Amino acid sequence: MNAPAAPHKLIKGATGDWEVVIGMEIHAQVTSNSKLFSGASTTFGGEPNSHVSLVDAAMPGMLPVINEECVRQAVRTGLGLNAKINLRSVFDRKNYFYPDLPQGYQISQYKSPIVGEGEVVLELDGGRSVTIGIERLHLEQDAGKLLHDQSPTMSYVDLNRSGVALMEIVSKPDIRDAEQAKAYVTKLRSILRYLGTCDGDMEKGSLRADVNVSVRKPGGPLGTRCEIKNMNSVNFIGQAIEYEARRQIEIIEDGGSIDQETRLFDPNKGETRSMRSKEEAHDYRYFPDPDLLPLEFSQEFVDELKAHLPELPDQKKSRFITGFGLSPYDASVLVAERESADFYETVLSGLADKARDGKLAANWVINELFGRLNKESRDIASSPVSAAQLGAIVDLIGEGTISGKIAKDLFEIVWQEGGDPRALVETRGMKQVTDLGAIEKVVDDIIATNPEKVAQAKAKPQLVGWFVGQVMKSSGGKANPQAVNDLLKSKLGI
Amino acid sequence: MTDLTSLTIAEARQGLANKSFTARELTDAHLAAMEAARVLNAYVLETPDRAREMAKQADDKIAKGEGGPLAGIPLGIKDLFATRDIRTTACSKILGNFIPPYESTVTSQLWRDGAVLLGKLNNDEFAMGSSNETSCFGPVTNPWRREGSNTTLVPGGSSGGSASAVAAQLCMGATATDTGGSIRQPAAFTATVGIKPTYGRCSRWGTVAFASSLDQAGPIARSVRDAAILMRSMAGHDPKDTTSVDVAVPDYETAIGKSVKGMKIGIPKEYRLDGMPAEIEKLWSEGAAWLKAAGAELVEVSLPHTKYALPAYYIVAPAEASSNLARYDGVRYGLREPAKNIIEMYENTRAEGFGDEVRRRVMIGTYVLSAGYYDAYYLRAQKVRTLIKKDFENCFAKGVHAILTPATPSAAFGIGEKGGDPVEMYLNDIFTVTVNMAGLPGIAVPSGKDAQGLPLGLQLIGRPFDEETLFSLGDVIEQAAGRFTAPRWW
Repeated sequence: MNAPAAPHKLIKGATGDWEVVIGMEIHAQVTSNSKLFSGASTTFGGEPNSHVSLVDAAMPGMLPVINEECVRQAVRTGLGLNAKINLRSVFDRKNYFYPDLPQGYQISQYKSPIVGEGEVVLELDGGRSVTIGIERLHLEQDAGKLLHDQSPTMSYVDLNRSGVALMEIVSKPDIRDAEQAKAYVTKLRSILRYLGTCDGDMEKGSLRADVNVSVRKPGGPLGTRCEIKNMNSVNFIGQAIEYEARRQIEIIEDGGSIDQETRLFDPNKGETRSMRSKEEAHDYRYFPDPDLLPLEFSQEFVDELKAHLPELPDQKKSRFITGFGLSPYDASVLVAERESADFYETVLSGLADKARDGKLAANWVINELFGRLNKESRDIASSPVSAAQLGAIVDLIGEGTISGKIAKDLFEIVWQEGGDPRALVETRGMKQVTDLGAIEKVVDDIIATNPEKVAQAKAKPQLVGWFVGQVMKSSGGKANPQAVNDLLKSKLGI
Repeated sequence: MTDLTSLTIAEARQGLANKSFTARELTDAHLAAMEAARVLNAYVLETPDRAREMAKQADDKIAKGEGGPLAGIPLGIKDLFATRDIRTTACSKILGNFIPPYESTVTSQLWRDGAVLLGKLNNDEFAMGSSNETSCFGPVTNPWRREGSNTTLVPGGSSGGSASAVAAQLCMGATATDTGGSIRQPAAFTATVGIKPTYGRCSRWGTVAFASSLDQAGPIARSVRDAAILMRSMAGHDPKDTTSVDVAVPDYETAIGKSVKGMKIGIPKEYRLDGMPAEIEKLWSEGAAWLKAAGAELVEVSLPHTKYALPAYYIVAPAEASSNLARYDGVRYGLREPAKNIIEMYENTRAEGFGDEVRRRVMIGTYVLSAGYYDAYYLRAQKVRTLIKKDFENCFAKGVHAILTPATPSAAFGIGEKGGDPVEMYLNDIFTVTVNMAGLPGIAVPSGKDAQGLPLGLQLIGRPFDEETLFSLGDVIEQAAGRFTAPRWW
């Protein structure tokens, strides 16, 4: 079931339209307590060189031993990307000298990665969707960090991150514009966070992207690509692609050609600049790491992990749509972050009638709660209104105790002061009046005092709305709008 | 009282148990011998204080009846094994005064069993060499001399310090490592017994790496029994080394004296080299005859890819070494040469810290792994390796229990005699590298002397993890050939 090719943005140049071709390598730090090949802690922060084992510091005679938890996390991620899991993979050494690389080589996977081809489906604006192919996922070690601000003449090295497990997730060159690229990173991040295999914290560097960009005439042969290294913000990725594509188009249209090179994005200037050319590229001299046997596990091992995989965003989304009648858009908003989906599910679990009020609950989570949280720049974890409180408000609306309008007042009270919504409705007299006798009296009064409006309404039944408004006003908003409507129609004979 | 340093480990074990002497006396005798033999340059670091302290602990344990299998046995340790709080250099300037805060698995097992550390033994720099002439501490002298000559001979390498110290009775046994023959060749040059166990038998954790897929630790001793005793303590699965194998370690000593009747011994025709000295040829036939006399059956076998072993070895080993030695960069420990920037610091440090042979191999290794050359060299060498392994498997599949070959193509040579052409030096390993390439166990046993009175050895190659058969067969050769002691001239 292939999604139809989504229309993507073309860039207008002097010689016509250009298509951008983008492939990404995402480096995602594996969530694990210890490093890929040593027992040292992976805790972020901490004094420099406080989480460094003899192996991480590459002391003479030290040997790597694979951390099985990292293998499980890589396999789970592969399963989450609907990818082929390779029961046999090989660790290779990527050789180069740099002070943050104690061994003089990075242990990575070159020819035989742990995970093969997979795919990620992106939802774009306007209900379009596009499938991006995954080429591979492999495990590798992170490097340490250089500290240039500690001494006027020297650079210092912090090896805390040295040896931490990374998953490098390589996409196929299926991405066609900045919007898709941003959606890809966002979706991948969401999947990783659902799986709990990477915390996705881009600010801390847990998720970084290398973006390969080339341009071509639509449908033409692939152009020469440039790689923009180490991007750690979704917005910067978008900006960098826009800039880089235009830069390349300009060069080609001026009769030049693109040099294959590695570039860096400068967020202050909004530009990419050359870091090193292809000629300066390292010869990494990859070869199988003789300290490690090939990584082998059974299909049962994979099946067991698969059986315990959490529900992923796509599955959750379709369950929300079919189970609670949510619109695809609302469902996407809710599942984008695991925390918001979880919040919604908690609201649902407390509802008196999920089938009746599931959609209403979604509206309240998205519009009232998220709207309010955004306004105050708070995240869902610090929401003053709990899932239980919001559920109670939705229940009150659903059962007809309060109107939607009153509910908004109630939400405000709960947000500001807290408290049990049902009790608040009682103590503050916010209950909707459904007592027909009481409403009837108000209706009769208004009909009696407005004979000319009555005449108009008989001629033009839509004018019943004016009567509804008057009744609601004089009941302080507590009258049940449906009951008012029915009553008015029968009294007015329309 | 007999000279304590001339005892075998088995004899000393008995003497300690009988209270004929104490561990402290045994250690002191060796410390004195070491002092008297400094001209041999076998030790690069003597640790008398540590030795006496460990000997005292051994005496205490023996008194309480808690002495381990090696209680009070003084040993020398090749400087490739990390020893906690004791300088470990791999005999390279680049490690400088490196003092590891950890103990290698192999040595920690020896101390667990009660052995005593006498000091660190000389070796070729990073175990790269066949004469112990590449050590930054200078060459080791072989206690053996040609009859009527004062020419200083090499003890072989890379475990030259280990072989020389054991032969000169400066320790009762020594640890060694073997990547292409570094245990067996020096053993053959010094009339000692050296065994390279099956790859994966001993942990490599804490041993300075040369070529990870070939390196294997083993003992050098003065008798086959002693080698068996040391092996048992050194061997064993280590979760810290993924390539170490989880198989039970037998009591190797029980293999000594076991009948070899009916065993099939392969004589590989490809090991009969053109221009091989007649005395090597004679030694080989003699060894075969001894085994036959003990009831073994001799069969001619073929190992057709033997001739490719040495060239392939000199691709695989330098390739791994070039990567393994990248960590010696002056950033975290060891030598650092001043420079204006990081690239220059790397260049100055590594140029100053590595000797010629190490630099040569790092360059060869870097070259064979380079883009465009990888397939032609490294990949092809790995294919050769698979074929060599297959040769041996075919041979063992035909019921062969072990293969008998000469250990070296000649006896020990003079210091500086083979300095010119590195290939001439590499040819020393012609009979031994195949064993490393195939990951098999191999033992070198003293078997006779050449016309100039220098010791020669035979090699037995066994099935994977069947070191026991090698000890049984080695014992037969030792019984027939006798043991050889270098006359003391120092």
